[in-house]
Amino acid sequence: MTLSCRFLGRVPYAQAAALQERLVGLRRSGASTDTLLLLEHPPVVTLGRGARAGHLLLDEAALSARGIELHEAGRGGDVTFHGLGQLVGYPVVALQGARRDAHRYLRDLEDALIGTAAAFGVEAAREPGLTGAWVGRDKLAAIGVRIGTGWITSHGFALNVGDDLSGFDTIVPCGIRDRGVTSLTRETGATPSLEEVARVAADHVATALGLAAVWEAAVSSASARRESA
Amino acid sequence: MRVDVVMPQMGESIAEGTITRWMKQVGETVGRDEPLFEISTDKVDAEIPSPAAGTLVEVKNQAGETVPVNQVVAVLETDASAAASAPKPESKPPETKPAKAQPAAVASEASSEGSFVSPVVRKIAAEHGIDPSSVPGTGAGGRVSKKDILDFVAQGKPPAAAATPSTAPARVAPAAPAAPQVTFASGARTERQAMTPMRKKIAEHMVESRRTSAHVHSVFEVDMSRVVALRTKYKSLYEERHGTKLTLTPFFVKAACDALRAFPILNSSVEGNEIVYRKDLNVGVAVALDWGLIVPVVRNADQLSIAGLTMKINDLAERARTKKLLPDEVQGGTFTITNPGIFGGLFGLPIINQPQVAILGIGGIEKRPVVIDDAIAIRDRMYMSMSYDHRVVDGAVADQFLAFVKKVLQEFDESLL
Repeated sequence: MTLSCRFLGRVPYAQAAALQERLVGLRRSGASTDTLLLLEHPPVVTLGRGARAGHLLLDEAALSARGIELHEAGRGGDVTFHGLGQLVGYPVVALQGARRDAHRYLRDLEDALIGTAAAFGVEAAREPGLTGAWVGRDKLAAIGVRIGTGWITSHGFALNVGDDLSGFDTIVPCGIRDRGVTSLTRETGATPSLEEVARVAADHVATALGLAAVWEAAVSSASARRESA
Repeated sequence: MRVDVVMPQMGESIAEGTITRWMKQVGETVGRDEPLFEISTDKVDAEIPSPAAGTLVEVKNQAGETVPVNQVVAVLETDASAAASAPKPESKPPETKPAKAQPAAVASEASSEGSFVSPVVRKIAAEHGIDPSSVPGTGAGGRVSKKDILDFVAQGKPPAAAATPSTAPARVAPAAPAAPQVTFASGARTERQAMTPMRKKIAEHMVESRRTSAHVHSVFEVDMSRVVALRTKYKSLYEERHGTKLTLTPFFVKAACDALRAFPILNSSVEGNEIVYRKDLNVGVAVALDWGLIVPVVRNADQLSIAGLTMKINDLAERARTKKLLPDEVQGGTFTITNPGIFGGLFGLPIINQPQVAILGIGGIEKRPVVIDDAIAIRDRMYMSMSYDHRVVDGAVADQFLAFVKKVLQEFDESLL
């Protein structure tokens, strides 16, 4: 089985959400294969279904004054931030057999993120009781997923790559107060391009899910817009 | 045949799930594998498909409840005739007839005889607990279009009606006796006017609330001098900095949130013999309209600063008056604030907004002479009332709650502005 991977570049949150929704429908009807979308979002704070009071430090107007959008997301988890220099991955995959286990799926994504970090020389790990990939007490990658009818996945992960993490100041990441955030650049001093990280991450996600990554011709964000329209 | 819907096990190590949303309401039909409800388990949200085609006849757990896996959360009736006549499913003898091929579709067509109701309209209607036949239709042959029902929902629907399942069997009080049939002879000096949908909804909602809750009332007097002074002091700054008019409402919402956190029973609901504590503080703020009344809801009001509350409340009130509220914005309230004092009333004794258990009434503020340290002073005074449901809230708790609100108002923290 193959995982068809696409790097979409910069895509606004709402547009990516619509695109995912469409892909979930296509995957469910069998009209498309398992797909992994890789992209970055313009600055946005998203609230998962589990979002708790007080984890948003600024109200919508104050966020908007800083050029940050606010969206509700139909995924698990608390509040999170996406911005430039962060690789976001949305696997739209029909889980099969023993992989139809929500916790196993989370652990598989964590494996993929830890493997990706290792490829860039960063030693990340799981934290007992928490989700995501961590370097010491700092979060390198966040996970929040949705499983739709037919065990079709959507939403996914966000791996911090670039140096600018200031957007996280507007939230309490994932509702965990006493911890910080970090990125591949913070840990190594080198800044790989997002596309470079995307290629490595795609291989690791595919392996973790028992699939083979196949790259589709890079889609520019302009044609992504057409697709989601 | 009745089919149980259980909380599915989403993974080997997962023992429970929290229901986040029902996509179908009691009485609605659902196809096999059509999404029925959504759950969340730590970092995963999942959409749960229906195990069979049929009519949803009972929902045992509402959104927000956490349920162990394999527990029954709802019941489907796969037999159309049984479902059609099953507003009180538990009183039906078990059906043994084999299910027909497409019972669901048959039932829904039959129920809407006469006027055609499209599936999308039916779905929206069911989501909001509205009888589609009560919606004025502007389409061909008086058909109700999607726009009609959305307009109806946005303008006419009192809040929280959808949260009270129409078939809830747990109501403690007996049904009200039918209103006496008063007939005015035709030709008498009267004029008849059909109630607007909003009027009808308000009427049903208020009577239902009186029948459901054991209303009790407390009234406190509050010294508003400090809040009035703070408002005067910050008014122009808010105009300048936030482009919005600072009113007194955000002060009340803030004080209520603090008190609700201290006395969470006031932020609860009653379901059967259980008290459901609601973790979010979604505060409804009543807005009087020329054509009725609507209660937009400030979600997670405790997350917002005074500036944030001011902007949010002003925006909601403005859009309530221009009929631009979204259906979502009048639902899910957990506590309500209303202001019977705007026309000079001393205080009011409002009716609880179901399925909530308390409503705070803000009386008019006026300067009154009061005795402070044996001297007569002139202060801004206000009566603040609360109606609460004595089924779950006792007078002592209600009074402590009000005393808390009073203290927050009288000693209002200026740094919050």
